Parts: sequence; C-alpha cells; structure tokens
Amino acid sequence: MAKVHQFDVIVVGAGGAGLMAGLYASRGAKTAVISKLYPTRSHTGAAQGGISAALGNYEEDKPEWHTYDTVKGSDYLGDQDAIEFMCNEAIEAVLELEHMGLPFDRTPQGKISQRPFGGHTNNETGKPVRRAAHAADRTGHMILQTLYQQCLKNKVNFFDEYQVLDFLIVNGRAAGVVAIELATGELHTFHAKAVIFATGGHGRIFEVTSNAYVYTGDGAAILLRHGLPLEDMEFFQFHPTGIYKLGILITEGVRGEGGVLINGKGERFMPKYAPTVKDLASRDVVSRAIYTEIRAGNGVDGKNYVWLDARPETINKFAALDGRLNPDGTPYTITGEQVLQKLPDIIDFCRVYLGVDPITQMMPIQPTAHYTMGGIPTNKFGEVVIDDRNTVFPGLYAAGECACVSVHGANRLGTNSLLDLVVFGKHAGLKAAEYAKNADWQNLPGDADAGARSALDALRNGSGKENAFDITVEMKKVMFEDVGIYRNEKGMRAAIEKVRELKERFKHVRVADTGRIFNTELLNAWELGNMLEIAEVVAECALNRQESRGGHSREDFPERDDENWLKHTLAWHTGGKTRVEYKPVTITKYQPKKRVY
Amino acid sequence: MKVTIKIFRYNPEQDKKFHYETYVVENAHETDRVLDLLEHVKGYNDGTLSFRRSCAHGVCGSDAMRINGHNMLACKTLVRDIGDQITVEPIMGLKVVKDLIVDMEPFFDNYKKVLPWFISDAPTPADGRERLQSPEQRARFDESTKCILCAACTTSCPSFWASDDYLGPAAFVAAHRFVFDSRDQAASERLEIVAETNGLARCHTAFNCTMACPREIQITQAIGELKMATVTGRVE
Repeated sequence: MAKVHQFDVIVVGAGGAGLMAGLYASRGAKTAVISKLYPTRSHTGAAQGGISAALGNYEEDKPEWHTYDTVKGSDYLGDQDAIEFMCNEAIEAVLELEHMGLPFDRTPQGKISQRPFGGHTNNETGKPVRRAAHAADRTGHMILQTLYQQCLKNKVNFFDEYQVLDFLIVNGRAAGVVAIELATGELHTFHAKAVIFATGGHGRIFEVTSNAYVYTGDGAAILLRHGLPLEDMEFFQFHPTGIYKLGILITEGVRGEGGVLINGKGERFMPKYAPTVKDLASRDVVSRAIYTEIRAGNGVDGKNYVWLDARPETINKFAALDGRLNPDGTPYTITGEQVLQKLPDIIDFCRVYLGVDPITQMMPIQPTAHYTMGGIPTNKFGEVVIDDRNTVFPGLYAAGECACVSVHGANRLGTNSLLDLVVFGKHAGLKAAEYAKNADWQNLPGDADAGARSALDALRNGSGKENAFDITVEMKKVMFEDVGIYRNEKGMRAAIEKVRELKERFKHVRVADTGRIFNTELLNAWELGNMLEIAEVVAECALNRQESRGGHSREDFPERDDENWLKHTLAWHTGGKTRVEYKPVTITKYQPKKRVY
Repeated sequence: MKVTIKIFRYNPEQDKKFHYETYVVENAHETDRVLDLLEHVKGYNDGTLSFRRSCAHGVCGSDAMRINGHNMLACKTLVRDIGDQITVEPIMGLKVVKDLIVDMEPFFDNYKKVLPWFISDAPTPADGRERLQSPEQRARFDESTKCILCAACTTSCPSFWASDDYLGPAAFVAAHRFVFDSRDQAASERLEIVAETNGLARCHTAFNCTMACPREIQITQAIGELKMATVTGRVE
C-alpha cells in the first residue's frame, strides 16, 4: 500500500510553469510541487534568447503589436482572446521577474535590455523591434533559478525526484496523483483537490532535437490514457538553428544580434523567402527555407546543413547593407568581444561540441525538433477543457509547454514560451488555489495506486524479446523523417504503421533491473511507453490535417486552407484508436490573411 | 573507433562493496559525449547501470561525474577530449546511492543555508517598472549567475571531502551572486553566514573548484571577493 499525502493543490513538474504555479497556489492553499528531477534541472533552464514583453525600453513597442505578431506567427490558429490576454500581461510578468531579483541585462539607462527576435515587429514599419528581454543567452536558466529561489524563500513543499505515474479521478473530479519515489522505489499517493500538470513537451519523439532526455510527454500521455483529449498535436516546432546532427539549440538571438544564414554556395538566402525581416522571420518560415535550400542542392557539401554566420565582419557587412541602426540612430556594428559577451553559452557550445569558434568560423546548423505547440487543452486560466464547448474538467489544470491554450497556434514565436509559462503558470496556480478553497475532498478508493502498479508490473513481466533502446531509436528516426518539417500522406501512413509495430514490440520489453532504488531503466521504459502513444497521436493528427499551416507543412497540400481547416484538432486515443474532432478558433480583431515576412 | 569505458558500479540491494565493470563500445565516434557512451552501455550492455541526465548539453547540471579522475559533466566531455580509455566514477564527498548516482541532499542543504534568494525591503519603483541597475553593476556578479548547481566544484574540494557540513564552493558562488547584486539588501546577513566556522575559513585556495567548473566560473576569485568583503564589510 502506498504512502498517502494530502495537499490542496498538487503541481506536477518544476520547470518555469510548475514553479510559478507552485508559488502562486501556495499563497492560498496547501501546495506541493512534485518533479522527476531536481527543479533546477528542468528544461526551462535550456531556454536561451529571451522573454518577450512590449516594455519599449529601446524603442516604441505596444502590447497590440505583440498580440498581432503572435497571431500572425501562429498562422491564425492561435486563440486571439488568449493571445491578447498573454501579451497584455507580459509587461507586468517580466517586471515581476525583475522584482523577484532576476538579473536581466541592462540598457545604458539601467532598464531591462531587449533584443530583436524572429517575427517581432514594429507593426507600422514592418521592421524588427527589440522586444525580447534577456539575460545573456541564458534567460531560461535565470528564470528557472529565480523562480526556484522564490519558492525556497516562500517555503513551497517539494518532492524532488518523484515521477508521477498516474492521475486520480473520483466522481468526475481531480482527486490526486500517484508517484514513485526514485530513491526508494516506493509508490506515494498524493490526495489533492486540484492538480496542475506542468510536465513539459515531447520533443524526444524526434531524432534530432534540442529537447532534454526527460521531455517524454508524460503529463499529456497520462491524461490521454484517462480518456481526455489533446489539442493540435500535429503542430510541432522545428527550430531553424540546431547544431548539425546534435540538435543542440543555437538561439535565434544570434540572428537578433545580426547573424545571418548562408547556404553552401556562400549566399545569404533568407531575403528570397522573407524580403522585409529576412533572417528574423518566424521559425517555421526559416526552417522551411533551410530545407528548401538543401533540397535545391544548396546544402553545404551536398549535405543537409547550412551555415549560421555570426562573425563580426559578416554581421557588420549585412547590417550596413540592411541599413540597421542602433537606438540612437548610429549604424549598427558589433565586435568579437561583444558577440562573446552577448552570447557566451553559444560560443561555448560551438567550441565544445563542434570545435568551432563562432567569432572566426561559421556554425553548421540544421533545423531541430524544438517545441510542442499542441497539448492538454486549457482556457486562459489554465483550466483543462475537454470538448469543443470548452467544458472544464473540475480540479484539473495545465500550464507551460504541456498545455495548449492556444496562444501558439500552428507556430510559436520565439520568446513566447517563457512568457507563456510565467503568465499561465501564475493563473493556473491562482485558479487551482481558489478552486481548492471551495471544493470538497473526494474519497480515494483503497487501491488508488493500482493503475500505476500495474503499468510498472507490465514492464517487468514482458517476454524480453525486445530491446527498449532499439525501439526508441527506430521511433525517433521515423518520426523525424516522415512526420518532420515536410510531411506527405505516404510518409505519414508509413510512420503510423511503424509506430504501431513499435508499440506491439514494446509489449515484449522486459526491464532487467529488478531493484527498487533508482531503477532508471524502469522509468525510461515507462517514458518510452508515453512517447509511443504521443508519437502515434502526433502522426495521426498530422495525416488528418489536409493543409499546410505554421509548423505543419504538407507537400501534398501546400496551401493554408482557412475554409476547411481554420479549426483546432481535438484527439482522443482509447483502445488503441485515435478519434478526432474539432473546435473553433477564437478570432477577435485579426481576420486571417496571407503571411508575409 | 573502439572505446573502452570502465565504470564504477554499486548496487546497494546486491553489493556489499563497489566494483568496476569494463565495457567496450565499438563504432564510437570521437565526437561522442561520455553521456552517449553511458546511454549505449545502458541500452545494450546492462540496463541496470544508473546515472542522472537530462539536457545533454551542459546546462541542467544533472550529470557531474569523475571522468578519468576529474570532475566533469558527462554531456560536455567528448571522446576526442579524453581519448579512448575512459574511467567514470561518481563525484566524491557525497554518499553513493547507486552506481554514478550520489545523494545530493547535503549539497542542496548547503546551498539553502546562504539564503539563495533575492532579498530587498525597498519598495519597487512607484511606476511599477523595473529597479534600475547599471550595466556595470549587473556585470559585477555576472559570473556567479552562471552556476547550474551540478556540484562539480564542491565535490572536488578537499575541505568538503573532509566534512560535508562545509558550505563548499557552490554555496559561496550562490552567496556571491546576491552579495554583489546592487539591488539586494541582505549582504551583511549572508556574509555572516559564510564567515561562520563551516564557511570561508575552510577554503584553502586549492583551486580545484575553479578547475572543475564546467561553466568556467572563476570560483576561487569569487570566494576571494567574499573573504575580502567579510573583512572590509564593503561589497562594491
């Protein structure tokens, strides 16, 4: 029998969204944050370039422009009421982080410094605007550290290195979760009135990814198994600039500081695809441009990569050609020393993993699986909604990358992920605490941990004919090749077949480690089960959507089709079958039009 | 290429004492990370091999280990940097729980002792905007904001090996990050904490921490600045 704990609010996951939710929920309710990692290991810490808010610290900017840019970036699939809400809250959210002590870089006047980023524009001139508030190229690291520190200061309860395995529903309401304590292998039941999932994305289903090993879609998979839908799962962001083969992220901030993309012929190619903002177009646009170049034979040495050039002489040459100016109106220039100061981690990654010094050499890059736009459907208060009428599931919340509000629609703008997790983490925390205050306790059944227990037993009792590592490698390969940047019916049908075959083979995996203490093999196998379910749903939703929009590019349906597809996908996956329904997109001020950068 | 990797093994549910196992990874590449080799061994040689990892590119701090005798991150150490004969052991000074996993609690307990959170009673600006801080003031503590709490520094320190109630370099770096932040008001409180018996006096300037830091933080210098501040009471 599992140990039982009782909290008003349980937060699952301790990245930016989970910590923000924990911080706010704990002010009004007895709260605990459960994470499979020590909180400071969470993937928020890998975010580099910045967090967006129309602070206007260097030049004019407005929340309305931020809103419009986000709507346009989403290829009109984002819900405009939620986007407007987020962009209006952005300024206060970033200032709150500063008040919590976050060490943002500073302008000469001592204000929070901001840099240009893909798709962030002055709506009147169409030119890039400095909207991304940054702390060198480790903004996510600083957000994660600051929020964790604030949680410590405010004595938030943590259960570190506890993996949540199951969600408990009683009388149609959230009633808690079941988790395994990694250090002992013991199961713990957390009885709660409200549960907030902040479990991150699932980029590890793809071969080349910037995502951490732990990004296995746990929260989404757990809810899927309980018969809840996921939204817009076909939309996954491929970031244009990952380190070739390794997928490690090279921030868009490099291009924000003036870096440019160069093909194998030595040409700067982005002006062909985005005449106004060029290298600072939306990520989907830039990733497709890179692949188009590669397919046209313009990759470097005929391979599937191009160059990212951040050498000062290159930056200065193109800044002069583009007429880029400093805020004071003087021509924009940069020195090697300034590049090093603004992008120290990028320089370090390139030196360590590539043996390349970006101050004097170009960086080989290829698009890398980066961000989960789809996920657990929520409204703008973080409440999980479960159908096309946005019916709220009582006591259940989600925030951050695992959630789909939807503010990112078909393509997320750079820096909006950090904003998303701060804004919606806060509101999910507030809402959950408010709910817990008025809600009754649901009685847990005596065998509350039975589901978790049987899931683990299954992994211990397989025939042992199959190797989990092989299955992982094969899944990642087929998903990256056939459900990647460019997709077509034939490839996706083959991918679905393959994933189903892998799911069958997965039943024959047997975990060799029979121990209780830090049985990481058992947990990795359980995570693989989650990834396989998620991969199948992603591929099926992608096959289902017969148009191209944002991060979803169909070779067989190359155009956006607003008449038939301006709608969200909701996908249920029960009994091995995926069922798809739709939900309307909320459009307030901005009617869909062609996207040109 | 072929790489031989010798790994410290200890399973508390089976072993009375630790031992080493040697594995050969065929078809390794010189650009492979030590973490890739560990994943390979876990996937194909022995699923019970246990270690922590997450981001796999040196920013989350999960996988500090002793690699060929030096504290490093397994995800930031490449075969080409260290050759084809590799020994991997857990970091020292913290209790080994299983294989390469150590008990991190004493490490985080020490971190928490220096009040590693922003403290200021000063009201935020009336217009609700950010507190002002010049680029020079911000640069003053830039180094120590890089810390990822991987424990490579603390577990390379002879004073910490002697006793885990020594605060250790990582906790000093955390203290430094706030003591020299012009916005923070609790410098004297923190300086008092780091000046206690288990604090700065037990740093013998071995420089191991600075050598071990995968973020290349000048830790010994940061500790020196704290020592100076405890003497002068000045935190400029």
